[in-house]
Amino acid sequence: MEANTRDTGRLPAAFLTPGSSSFMDFLSTHAPDQLPGNRPLPPVKGALEAPHGTTIVAATYPGGVVLAGDRRATMGNMIAQRDIEKVFPADEFSAVGIAGTAGLAVEMVKLFQLELEHFEKVEGAQLSLEGKANRLSTMIRSNLGMAMQGLAVVPLFAGYDPDRDKGRIFSYDITGGRSEEPGFAAVGSGSVFARGSLKKLYRADLSEEQAATVAVQALYDAADDDSATGGPDLVRRIYPVVAVINDEGYRRLPEAEVSGVAQTIHEGRLQHPDGPQAPVV
Amino acid sequence: MSTPFYVSPQQAMADRAEYARKGIARGRSVVVLQYADGIVFVAENPSRALHKVSEIYDRIAFAAVGKYNEFENLRIGGVRYADLRGYTYHREDVTARGLANVYAQTLGTIFSSAGDKPYEVELIVAEVGAAGADDQIYRLPHDGSIVDEHGSVAVGGNSDQIGSYLDERQRDDMTLGEALRLAVEALGRDTGGGERTLTADQLEVAVLDRTRPQQRKFKRVLGTQLTRLLEESPAARPAAEPGPEPDASGDSPDSGSDPRP
Repeated sequence: MEANTRDTGRLPAAFLTPGSSSFMDFLSTHAPDQLPGNRPLPPVKGALEAPHGTTIVAATYPGGVVLAGDRRATMGNMIAQRDIEKVFPADEFSAVGIAGTAGLAVEMVKLFQLELEHFEKVEGAQLSLEGKANRLSTMIRSNLGMAMQGLAVVPLFAGYDPDRDKGRIFSYDITGGRSEEPGFAAVGSGSVFARGSLKKLYRADLSEEQAATVAVQALYDAADDDSATGGPDLVRRIYPVVAVINDEGYRRLPEAEVSGVAQTIHEGRLQHPDGPQAPVV
Repeated sequence: MSTPFYVSPQQAMADRAEYARKGIARGRSVVVLQYADGIVFVAENPSRALHKVSEIYDRIAFAAVGKYNEFENLRIGGVRYADLRGYTYHREDVTARGLANVYAQTLGTIFSSAGDKPYEVELIVAEVGAAGADDQIYRLPHDGSIVDEHGSVAVGGNSDQIGSYLDERQRDDMTLGEALRLAVEALGRDTGGGERTLTADQLEVAVLDRTRPQQRKFKRVLGTQLTRLLEESPAARPAAEPGPEPDASGDSPDSGSDPRP
């Protein structure tokens, strides 16, 4: 159904009914067919082949949080896209990175962004960071039917909490269960390797630049061992997307900055192919 | 059984219009002005929580006077319309013209349906373009008509007097500070011809700023920024004193060349 009713051109009654500040609630009453979770799913045999996004990492630093994602999408053993972007601003003070079925994930992010913006416009105030994280939970849960058929979407949510003056990270499972991650987190196929890397490199007192470097190091390590994760592509100049969120809001690091970080890491790895080494004890 | 009195359609409509106009005239005014970098909205509104000016979408904002519950309802309807349209198609496909049309149809239907009480509201829907010439301002009176405005527009209690004061002085190349001070001067003019000085805490100010890097161009002007802008040039307050910067009153040759109807 379109926004306009065809008979009079005036706003339909549902638009003028006071009530929920949630765009998803409005969609579910006025245009339920447009909600991603409401689409009937045809029965399929076996796994469905669709492009999948791979690794997302996040790390907090005093006063903010860094969220970064590699640029590869895979379909089975093929590289479906080399320059896909999987890190998006959710609103001014939060960002979401997605792993899983790319098409569904991008749609989910679009609806999530709209949900936060809609609330902000109607209420005249932003949702709390916990509130935003919970909305995302609900959206993942509504995708459970798809997830059971292999079309899962697993995001990583990071944002700046003005009440606590710090960056926070939330991770999710496919049923919508959410948990707050202290310090750092990783999702996606390369997350096992990325998490190992983060464990050794992460410290609580990193600067913003260091946190960004740690995130790219972790993606490098993930790409090193996971075929579905793409490392920095120095030949084609395709670098990870790195977003920083602090009290000034969301900022995506410009390509010049990220390429600098990637170059430095690359130079270092020419000496030590396995990356920086943590002390033994 | 008693026969209902015959009331001519002209009389019925005139009564409804009179009713709506009286309701609108009771409230304080809102003015909307184009300036060099966009569109500024200034309302006399002592409340911090109940807004007369609000964001609808990326480049579109909404201002209203009249009965709060009625225009608040229309505002939320507009936000829902814009968000649904942007979600179904694309963010670029949400336009002030489309929104103004939907509002006009809604107000018009309510105004002419005998069962409903006419809305006592007057709305402004404005969209900031990539350049000043692309800016759009629509005024929507209570009866569902649409007026395409340029340069400046005032709605509410003393709108005729405020509007003509603005028309004589507004220029499209004003800075934000100049436009804001002109708007405040205009709002301070009472029906009786008296003048009041409005302070920052009596004002609600917002801009659609085309130079903002964010996708959403709407921004409220609050606190110290508002006080600073209001005070930038105290010399501009007496209308006869042009001061160091070209004041609104000193540029009649300029305002003659404005593309105003």
